[in-house]
Amino acid sequence: MSFLMSFVQDVLAVPAVLLGLSALVGLIAARKSVSEIISGTVKSILGFLILGGGAGILVGALNNMGPLMEAGFGIKGVVPNNEAIVAIAQKTLGSQTALIMIFGFVANVLFARITPFKYIFLTGHHTFYMAAMLSAVLGTAGLTGWMLVATGSLLLGGLMVLMPALASPYMDQVTGGSDIALGHFGTFGYWLSGFVGKLVGNKEDSLENYQFPKSLSFFRDSLISTSSIMFIIFLVSAVAAGNDATLKLSGGQNMLVFSLLQALTFAGGVAIVLYGVRMIIGEIVPAFKGISDKIVPEAKPALDCPITFPYAPTSVLVGFIVSFLGGIVSMLIMGAVGLAVIVPGLIPHFFVGGTAGVFGNATGGKRGAIVGSFLNGILISFGAAFLLPTLGALGFQNTTFGDADFQIVGIIAGGVGNAFKGSAVTIALVMLAILAVILAVGTVTNKASKRPANRKAA
Amino acid sequence: MKILAVCGMGLGSSLLLRMQIEGALKELGVTGATVEVADISTAKAVPADVIVTSPQFAPMLTGRVPVVTIQNYVNKQEMRQKMAAVLGVG
Repeated sequence: MSFLMSFVQDVLAVPAVLLGLSALVGLIAARKSVSEIISGTVKSILGFLILGGGAGILVGALNNMGPLMEAGFGIKGVVPNNEAIVAIAQKTLGSQTALIMIFGFVANVLFARITPFKYIFLTGHHTFYMAAMLSAVLGTAGLTGWMLVATGSLLLGGLMVLMPALASPYMDQVTGGSDIALGHFGTFGYWLSGFVGKLVGNKEDSLENYQFPKSLSFFRDSLISTSSIMFIIFLVSAVAAGNDATLKLSGGQNMLVFSLLQALTFAGGVAIVLYGVRMIIGEIVPAFKGISDKIVPEAKPALDCPITFPYAPTSVLVGFIVSFLGGIVSMLIMGAVGLAVIVPGLIPHFFVGGTAGVFGNATGGKRGAIVGSFLNGILISFGAAFLLPTLGALGFQNTTFGDADFQIVGIIAGGVGNAFKGSAVTIALVMLAILAVILAVGTVTNKASKRPANRKAA
Repeated sequence: MKILAVCGMGLGSSLLLRMQIEGALKELGVTGATVEVADISTAKAVPADVIVTSPQFAPMLTGRVPVVTIQNYVNKQEMRQKMAAVLGVG
């Protein structure tokens, strides 16, 4: 009996196993063959363990960057990278994250079924990252156990239909009104870019009338661009810190070699984490889609942001560069006013900045794309800075979430947590009430599929 | 037969491609093919018989095996036609 008890307890306590079990249930429900069920279950568990291995490598490089920046500039520099922060979060919040992700999927199908927001959010890694963010912020606010999981899952499921709805008016302009929705948690930035683009620009003057030089296409390879920028960040910090301080940290290794190896180690860690994430979502998402197709057959699939790239490839590169510039301007402002300094992260600026460029271009042409993605760059930099205190212990890891929705949702949830400090039940109820109001208003006005009535998220 | 679906991070678009490819193969009655995903950085190191990707990434992957370029990721007909052509079936 005690053997059985300890077995059950360990199954529920080990996130990797929990995730494997969820995949198992999903694959059985989707009526996959026995060999697919076995390989899918094993791959989910393996993926989670691989993710942990990548986290260790990432942390090693980040732990060298922190002191180097501090010695060089006297500042605490933070590089937003979703993969890094999520991987670190799994060490303490793995079970909660896994449960919120799985029940978040269920809540998504439920909301798509009963509200006019008919979206199925298929960007599995963002579901996973949002689950990690929610478990960190809600945990810091004092929620525990089933209350944490239930609140987190409902919020996640709500966001999975609300964010595609928020993006949909501009998404239709990007795609010319096709059957796909945008399912990516950078949506506040895209919405901002589309909204501002309409105000400042002229969509006839499209960026797509221009060609971009082929020589910049290596930026599309995110591992190469991450390596290059991290190398610059390490090298600049090392030069500023001076040879002695760097040698102490590197154990005698030459400054240039140390910077290069640490930058590539960081990128290698990101690659491993991505490999793990790929194995997890590669099995769960198709199973989820199989089930949701049966329950909400008329739903639109909400897909990852690169789905917009083929519609406006020049805008992607312009949006990326301009958003990155916005990040650099923000970094200088933060340094001047004494906030935590957010060093522009490559991956968020490429994907989110690029998509913001596509949205701005669709509503306001050249000027819309430039202004919209610049504002996006500022939004995701300051969002990252203000999110840090709400993440609790996770806020001290030299990295954080890079995309707007993680940040804004986290800041709102953290604010609610602060306002009702001490009463976990009140915090949970207030957040769910906010979500319920937004969903209810959207349902009543019933213009949800064309124009979301309320753009605030819980 | 191994088919590789490739996108920038190997997370979002490539997973969608994989689901679409699997759907197309089923309709075409092709059995015994496995579909895997990869990111653009590692795609060249993954052995495959056919690569499926978007127009942006196709130039970085040409030369080794046939590369199928998909314009519209959710268009089932485009996927079915192009898979049929590259596999010589249907």
